[in-house]
Amino acid sequence: MELVAIGCSTGGLQALQTLLGGLAPCPRTAFVAVLHTASASVDLLCQLLARESPMPVMEAEERMPVRPGVLQLAPPGYHLLIGRDRHFALTVDPKVCFVRPSIDVLFESAADAYRANMAGVILTGANEDGALGLRCVRRHGGAALVQDPEEAESPAMPRAALATAGADHCLPLAAIAIELNRMCLS
Amino acid sequence: METDLDEIELDLFIEAMRRRHGYDLGQYARASLKRRVQGLVRQHGLDHIGALTARVLRDTAFLPQVVEGLSVPVSEMFRDPFVFSALRTQVFPTLASYPSINIWQAGCAHGEEVYSLAILLEEAGLYERCQIYATDFSDAALARAREGIFPARETRAASLRYQQAGGGMTLADYYHARYDLVKLDAALRRNVVFANHNLATDGVFCEAHLILCRNVLIYFNNALQNRALALFADSLVRGGFLCLGTKENLSTAPVAGNFAAVDRAARIFRAMRPT
Repeated sequence: MELVAIGCSTGGLQALQTLLGGLAPCPRTAFVAVLHTASASVDLLCQLLARESPMPVMEAEERMPVRPGVLQLAPPGYHLLIGRDRHFALTVDPKVCFVRPSIDVLFESAADAYRANMAGVILTGANEDGALGLRCVRRHGGAALVQDPEEAESPAMPRAALATAGADHCLPLAAIAIELNRMCLS
Repeated sequence: METDLDEIELDLFIEAMRRRHGYDLGQYARASLKRRVQGLVRQHGLDHIGALTARVLRDTAFLPQVVEGLSVPVSEMFRDPFVFSALRTQVFPTLASYPSINIWQAGCAHGEEVYSLAILLEEAGLYERCQIYATDFSDAALARAREGIFPARETRAASLRYQQAGGGMTLADYYHARYDLVKLDAALRRNVVFANHNLATDGVFCEAHLILCRNVLIYFNNALQNRALALFADSLVRGGFLCLGTKENLSTAPVAGNFAAVDRAARIFRAMRPT
């Protein structure tokens, strides 16, 4: 597993913290996340997540390589894409699902680059962003994990993902962490 | 595989744009170009990139729509107000020392930044001395920029950003609202020349004291980003200012050594002559 791409929205900070708390260090896998947030400070988000994280947390920078063993976050106000050269790109293209960064944009570009060597993870959220992206991940052979809507603070996003894309695993956060550990370390 | 077919089709589209119309997209950042081209495919109800290429080759009247779809139309007035504030406090005082001031807005899209800058120059008492060149490679975008008409629903947030940028009046002093549109005061563009210029293929055309090019180079690969930065270095007077987008990364560009950071967060640099 080269890449785990994670998307979350309403309630996402707490969900990500819980998920990270269950992860083992995965030195060969890169983690990249889009978190819709009103906060303009990605530095603050990195600090809040780093407390719970077994790996360093930092902002994804344009033109820089996707780094294994690190969680990188999309900066606010930009779509984050990953190219086939496994480097980040940013755009200010129109919002997708009323948001920028959009999970769909990250997932669709990542699916094209990583094919079967990635997992897409959709957590709590109040809109439908990520559903089309997750479908794209599955069509390219990647794994799809969705937080159990019953557990999600805001179930709309996991539900939309399940309806549009389906999932290989629909689990509570703690079990998603175990599944990711298994995928990344095997 | 279908996705590899996409890659071949994208290559052929780039080739068609270059040989048929002289647009060099080969050095655009591949991932974002692909997304935009796929967006055009959907927007025009086509099945795949190949169909777009066929139309681009045969239907000359179609080209402006394609170019518009590939250019960078998304901005907003006073985006990142702290950047405009930094321009006011850290760049304008130096500009004020010149008897005449040349400013190049490279990649002006629909003109939001040009009008934002013009307002602040006006309030600083510098506008009369300014010649502003607003360029883009899309004629459709330039036509929109010349009009200076924007959706009214954006003005509330823009007014707030204008205040945060240190604007001295209220934004409403600069536009007339009508129905769901606002039209910016035509006087704001009395010293603005809108012109077609392509950063991928065109050269130096002025000696500038300030160049703004925010969130344009993010669409270029490293080689083309470096070309554009070299063009800026050659266009700037000694000590001239360059302002880029707040998330732009110069670390892969050899020519970045010709620029010294003035305000790193606001991505404002000064041109140094190579020693």
